[in-house]
Amino acid sequence: MTASRSRLWAIAAAAILLALLFIAPFYFVLVNSVKGLGEIMVDAASLPDKYLFSNYSKVWDIIKFPKALWNSILITGISVTGIVIISAMTGYRLVRKPTVFNKILFTCFISAMIIPFQSVMLQLVRVTSFLELRANLFGIVICYLGFGLSLSVFLFHGFIKSVPLEIEEAAVVDGCSPYGVFWKIVFPLLRPIIVTVIILNGLWIWNDYLLPVLIIGSNKDLTTIPLAITRFFGQYTKQWDLALAGLTMGITPIIIMFLMLQKHIIEGISSGSLKG
Amino acid sequence: MIVFTIIVLIPFLLGFYFSFTEWNGLDLDKAKWIGMDNIHRIFTNDDKFWAAFKFTLKFTVVTVVVTNALALLLGLLLTRPMRGRNTLRTIFFLPNMIGGILLGYIWQFIFTKGFKTIGEMTGWHFFELPWLGTPETGFWGLVIVFVWQTTGYMMVIYIAAIVGVPKDLMEAATIDGASYFQTVRKVIMPLVMPAITVCLFLTTSGAFKMFDLNLSLTKGGPGTSTQSLAYNIYAEALVNNRYGLGTAKAMLFFFAVSIIAVTQVWLTKRKEVEA
Repeated sequence: MTASRSRLWAIAAAAILLALLFIAPFYFVLVNSVKGLGEIMVDAASLPDKYLFSNYSKVWDIIKFPKALWNSILITGISVTGIVIISAMTGYRLVRKPTVFNKILFTCFISAMIIPFQSVMLQLVRVTSFLELRANLFGIVICYLGFGLSLSVFLFHGFIKSVPLEIEEAAVVDGCSPYGVFWKIVFPLLRPIIVTVIILNGLWIWNDYLLPVLIIGSNKDLTTIPLAITRFFGQYTKQWDLALAGLTMGITPIIIMFLMLQKHIIEGISSGSLKG
Repeated sequence: MIVFTIIVLIPFLLGFYFSFTEWNGLDLDKAKWIGMDNIHRIFTNDDKFWAAFKFTLKFTVVTVVVTNALALLLGLLLTRPMRGRNTLRTIFFLPNMIGGILLGYIWQFIFTKGFKTIGEMTGWHFFELPWLGTPETGFWGLVIVFVWQTTGYMMVIYIAAIVGVPKDLMEAATIDGASYFQTVRKVIMPLVMPAITVCLFLTTSGAFKMFDLNLSLTKGGPGTSTQSLAYNIYAEALVNNRYGLGTAKAMLFFFAVSIIAVTQVWLTKRKEVEA
């Protein structure tokens, strides 16, 4: 017993050490974000002599943080809602009406999952400017819908297969319309997979950089957090005091979100990947 | 419902369609058909593309091995009874919540300023290397950050799989006198094979398609020595304004990704067993 106990301790110690290593970068960023530039250059590891919160207020104005945050929330929110509703409906339809056309459609969705974004991005820029979907909110949401759908439809498809048909038949016998069956009976049953879809897509869209740069890059009113930080970084390359304050602001919302929804996020990810 | 599908499928299929048809040189608005010239040029006269290709392959192999080994190890560790293991899980997962762009900037600071300070304090040569300043350190810098970012995610998947291993199998193994390591090797490993398939797939495609990190951490530099494939395509089209060439490269990229992904899934699928 004692031998295995001490071994457990050694394991725990190793794990904790690794965890410290993992979290160290956050320490560096936080500590240095409240220092003056001179102090960072001299010593980047110690706690600051004097806390300079003016870094934050300066950056807050430069990158128009509230605006960027709002844009990020708006774009992510609308896209994710859209993806959930449309892909749930699509998945449902594909499972319950397995016609040849629908099977082909489903195969399209699956194969589209392999296509790397970089392979279609150039053509996408052409298509979206042709359809006048660039530089506006609607355009970027449409793009996210397009790219997010395949994985989500796939996940819903897999889940709906396990929903018993008898419940729906009972509802139809009781006089429920097809839409009623879907919204009142099936949709609530899909809750676990909806959580997964929301989380996977939400994280991706929130952190995405390349698509917003291509689609809304020219429209300053729609700047999202990753765009704002990148642009800011380009202007203040070596001004680490300001840059780090900006970075901290950029990562704070998502970290808070994670700590609040941790349980769901971790569950969502594990069920999403193991079923996929 | 079908209407919805079609509305959304249009932009999507258009992208699909364009990607297979626009093989011609696309110079701003004057698209000119130049046949196989782009492809020919890539294969005979584009060292940078192949350098990026090699770089990406090397990067993928290294990160896939390191990430999965570390994640599996952490998964095994953090499924054993231990106080505070949920906190530890949270910490390992945390980096994953932040996007590649921001991570790259954070690490740019760590590598250039943080490492220097640590090096001065400890005197360890490792921290005093010219991080990100040479092709070698640039490569390993990217590897470190990528591993740091993805390990937590893979760990979560492995944990879910390990927890799913039936308890009676574990007990039977212990009763038969198997040591912990034997149990891991003979019982857990075969049963988490599906998770390994998934994780290998995710890391492989993630590493192969790496872009954000590349852009914000090294910008492909010094020179173009740490350019990943995805970044090379981006640079070709949007910096050099050679859309046609970029598109052609993107097509090759697509084929490379699919081939790698399919072979890899096929290889590991064969090793899976039914519980």
